[in-house]
Amino acid sequence: MPEILSLAGVSRHFSGLQALRDVSLGIAGGEIVGLIGPNGAGKTTLVNTVCGVTPASAGTVTFAGRDITRLKPYQAARLGLARTFQIVQPFAEFSALDNVATAALFSQPGQSLKAARENAREHLAFVGLDGQADQPASTLTLAMRKRLELAKALAMKPKLLFLDEVNAGLNSAEVEKATALIRQLAAGGITIVMIEHLMKVVLNVCTRIVVLHNGELIADGAPRDVVRNPAVIDAYLGQQYAQRHGAHG
Amino acid sequence: MTRSSIALAVLLAVLALLPLVGGAYALRLGTIACMYAVFALSWNIVGGFLGYPSFATAAFFGFGAYATGVLMTLGVPLPLALVATLITCLLAASVLGAVLLRLRGHYFAIASLSLVEVLREVVNNATDLTGGGMGLNIPLASNSSVLGDALFFFYAMWIVLALTAAMVIAVSASKLGFGLACIRQNETAANMVGLNTTLYKSIAFGLSACFVGVAGGIYAAWVHYIDPSDVFDILYSVKPIVMALIGGLGSPLGVVCGALVYLGLEEVVWRNYIQIHSGLLGLLVVLLLLFLPHGLVSLRTRLFRRKAGHA
Repeated sequence: MPEILSLAGVSRHFSGLQALRDVSLGIAGGEIVGLIGPNGAGKTTLVNTVCGVTPASAGTVTFAGRDITRLKPYQAARLGLARTFQIVQPFAEFSALDNVATAALFSQPGQSLKAARENAREHLAFVGLDGQADQPASTLTLAMRKRLELAKALAMKPKLLFLDEVNAGLNSAEVEKATALIRQLAAGGITIVMIEHLMKVVLNVCTRIVVLHNGELIADGAPRDVVRNPAVIDAYLGQQYAQRHGAHG
Repeated sequence: MTRSSIALAVLLAVLALLPLVGGAYALRLGTIACMYAVFALSWNIVGGFLGYPSFATAAFFGFGAYATGVLMTLGVPLPLALVATLITCLLAASVLGAVLLRLRGHYFAIASLSLVEVLREVVNNATDLTGGGMGLNIPLASNSSVLGDALFFFYAMWIVLALTAAMVIAVSASKLGFGLACIRQNETAANMVGLNTTLYKSIAFGLSACFVGVAGGIYAAWVHYIDPSDVFDILYSVKPIVMALIGGLGSPLGVVCGALVYLGLEEVVWRNYIQIHSGLLGLLVVLLLLFLPHGLVSLRTRLFRRKAGHA
């Protein structure tokens, strides 16, 4: 598969703070990439930089053969770049259905509100929220809101989907469910980049792991190799994890 | 059309029958009522639908008054001057909106407030064109009797109100209205689902300005004389906010009712307590907001719930 997203020498600083340092990365269509690293490593900044929320200070981002470095978030979204937020961002007063309808309505030109709502119903059913379609988003539980975010992202018909900690704050049954959904999406042809702290999920789902530390890319490769990489153990996983993992594997 | 839109249309139709029952005084009051309702409906687009607290109404009003006034002194007939005012106001406000609506919350409120001051100073200093602080005399638009004049301006203002209401109803049922509601609830998320928030905000600001500008133009032709401190009065910015709060934020029917109620209070208090009228009016507004925080539109559900409770 050809590369769908590539970052070449991407840096981003917030005045004195260097959040991303010369990151180069290529992601092929169909991959499920796990983006890991300690808090403050620049994972979310990387997503924000690709999506146009905080444009790169240096370097270029190419998506599906097009330079998107300077695009605004809504322009990137219309090209097929969708994301979910670490802190869920629903339209609180809208029903679950209308939340998803917004995504269908604004990401594709010429959509009518009626068509968008019909479209939204399918995506709600896919994430298992069809029973809550008419409930205001503010009344949903956290797990439901996370799935709502996912439905919203899917309604944009994305080519590439960033999942920013979709499993954080969920119990293990809910994590199971979310993981199954992610696999299903990937099988449907969507390339996925997921920021995730639960190593079990990362190792279960991802075909490749990328590790950020202090804004730098310190490892990139197959999951089994990356978790044995001393730099990664040092920066993020810790010795205990390595020993436990070593004992089992 | 929703039920509240139909109710609004009926309310406006009833208002149009005013000349059948009232004289010159009632018509003057009716003209002001229409003007206030135009303010409140227009403010509701940015303040209610979009959720940005705008204090720019007086800026649009003054701009419209001077645009029409200056054009008329140059010999342009009133209808043509009003159309020109509408278009200029729409374009200028759209451009300004794209810039001003980058600010949020209090910052936007202050910026919109300063727009009034800036325009006032510009008009004050452009003496050649506007007469500056001396004010501007505007040629008579019609040469009819007192009552004929009153009738003419009442219907002129009523037509602007009808157009504003039609525009607001169309917006609230459209993709634009849906997008504005998205921005009000969560601007980051709106941007992320592919909504061009800058464009939507700029259109909203333009639409909230254009009919206020036309109302200003009609006002100028009506009173024949305007000066900067009269038409750029900050009270024109504050009143629509109070009206919208009295009526019910976001609801077109509500804000028009709010405008009528506000005008009623203003007039009654002014007539009976001329010495302390502003103080008393302020007190009434505070009491209304305290006991009816969601405005007049919430009365229906409140009464309904009480009845259900008794049953």
